[in-house]
Amino acid sequence: MLAVSLIAFTLFRFVGDPVAQMVGQETSLEDQARIRESMGLNDPITTQFAQFATNLATGNFGYSYRTRQPINEMILSRLPATLELGIVSLLISLLVGIPAGIYTALHRGGFIANSILVTTLIGISIPTFVIGIFLIFVFGVQLGWLPTFGRGDVVALGWWKTNFLSIDGLRSLLLPALTLGIYQLTLTMRLVRSEMQDVMKSDFIKFASARGINKRSIHFNHAFRNTLVPVITIIGLQFGGIIAFSIVTESVFQWPGLGLLFLDSIRYVDIPVMSVYLVLIALMFVLINLIIDLLYAVIDPRVRNRSAH
Amino acid sequence: MISKLRRLAIENELLYLFLHNRLAQLATLIAVVMIGSASLANFIAPTDPYDLTSYELLDSLIPPSWADDGDSRFIIGTDDQGRDLLSAILYGARLSLTVGIMSIAFASILGVSVGLMAGYLGGRFDAVVMRIADVQLSLPAILTALLIDGVARGLLPQQRHDDLMIVVLTIAIGLSLWVNFARTARASTFVEKNKEYVQATEIMGMHPARIMLVQILPNIMGPIMVILTVDLAVAILLEATLSFLGVGVPANQPSLGTLIRIGTEYLFSGEWWIVAFPSLTLVLLIVSVNMLGDFLRDALNPKLR
Repeated sequence: MLAVSLIAFTLFRFVGDPVAQMVGQETSLEDQARIRESMGLNDPITTQFAQFATNLATGNFGYSYRTRQPINEMILSRLPATLELGIVSLLISLLVGIPAGIYTALHRGGFIANSILVTTLIGISIPTFVIGIFLIFVFGVQLGWLPTFGRGDVVALGWWKTNFLSIDGLRSLLLPALTLGIYQLTLTMRLVRSEMQDVMKSDFIKFASARGINKRSIHFNHAFRNTLVPVITIIGLQFGGIIAFSIVTESVFQWPGLGLLFLDSIRYVDIPVMSVYLVLIALMFVLINLIIDLLYAVIDPRVRNRSAH
Repeated sequence: MISKLRRLAIENELLYLFLHNRLAQLATLIAVVMIGSASLANFIAPTDPYDLTSYELLDSLIPPSWADDGDSRFIIGTDDQGRDLLSAILYGARLSLTVGIMSIAFASILGVSVGLMAGYLGGRFDAVVMRIADVQLSLPAILTALLIDGVARGLLPQQRHDDLMIVVLTIAIGLSLWVNFARTARASTFVEKNKEYVQATEIMGMHPARIMLVQILPNIMGPIMVILTVDLAVAILLEATLSFLGVGVPANQPSLGTLIRIGTEYLFSGEWWIVAFPSLTLVLLIVSVNMLGDFLRDALNPKLR
């Protein structure tokens, strides 16, 4: 975390001259020097980094070079859009991917299982944005069923504008979430499938069927529970993928979230926004990893006992 | 010819497996045809899309030749500028492949040399490098590439962006993919360095650099070849994604990703071919390279045989 904020600071401080970008052409050199002094840019680097870190910690992210808005306002207005999109696509990936993975593991070589596998093989090779464009073309242009850009009608709950509470909002959410979810879905499915196959070969499953426990109970009480730990790991890994590909999806669907903000900041070389986004992402990664480590302890008694020693 | 191949195949396992794998043959065929026609773009493309005098705005947005109002001059239609789409795709694929191959070359040279040194020398260098690799591995490649791309844009003067963007893009993609090479090379080096032939050369007093390059490197090429193929698909995909997002290759030299981005703007008005054909090309390219990678992985992995 500290490493990332250090990188972000370096980025912030040394890439481009902030004063030159803020002032117009006519500002005299004396004025520029005065602004430089008042911004603390002449202080030692360590002092500046301490200031930068305190600002981050207190939520004071500074101003965007491009729009002159405070960055925390920009982030806050866009955070809900990305979070809702990410959560829905994660749900799609898990709710479809896990059952499909279990099914293909249990019915190896069956016709349905094989066709699911072939479909995912294609799904894994098609770039996210092409999937998005294809979905737009089919459902938006040809059939005209679903809106293809923006968030549609959003309901404001305080500062949090949500898509979940209006029909139009939900309809707008569908295509982007599907686009973002499909790739994650194939990953979930393949991992669950291989884990499940491994577990089904293990001795305790053979023993359970030798004891005459019915198949259903073996599959769900014995086998599936033991695939849960890797599944939790997948969710953690997918989180990174969802953040990265939300940038692409948001660009395809012009979804006004953090990814689009980041993309704009790259396009217009808006360094403060870039560095804040970077720090924010790092923070999320750390939090997610922490939550996952805690979940391990909940699911797997071995982890719990080890920490008790 | 065929019988000669058969005889060779008995001696060479990889060739044997290849001759018995229809999917791998198909993938090779597609990949060879695409790479071949892309590299010959100058000669086989009907027009030169970079040459401003070769196309006219009057010809813009003509549908494919089999459609009712198609034009036989433009087999799969024209784009918004009146460029022949087939030529644009050929040149675009050439650019995509160039960036992809160059960045993989960069990533593999960097990754393999770092991995070899980390595996052979061990110690502090190994610890530091692998820690960096772990951190980078937790970030998806596309995020890394986007970041490097963004920082480079900040560092470079605005007016030189167009000239340097392809180099920047290659380096950004290369830097986001070196970790796989480094980890694979390191793991294989660990296995190799304790074998007798390496110990023998050590006793003979061979220079460590020479041991790494002449003795170990040829013996760890198998797994590296697999990564090379798999990651080539990833690199092509990354380039296409970055160009699609508008932060990749400069606009005056469209790659497949750029063509797709331009095409999406015309999707709503019914000009589907501008986006469909570049997308199809891209998907076909990635699928065939991916299938080749899968084949190599299965063929070179002794556990699966």
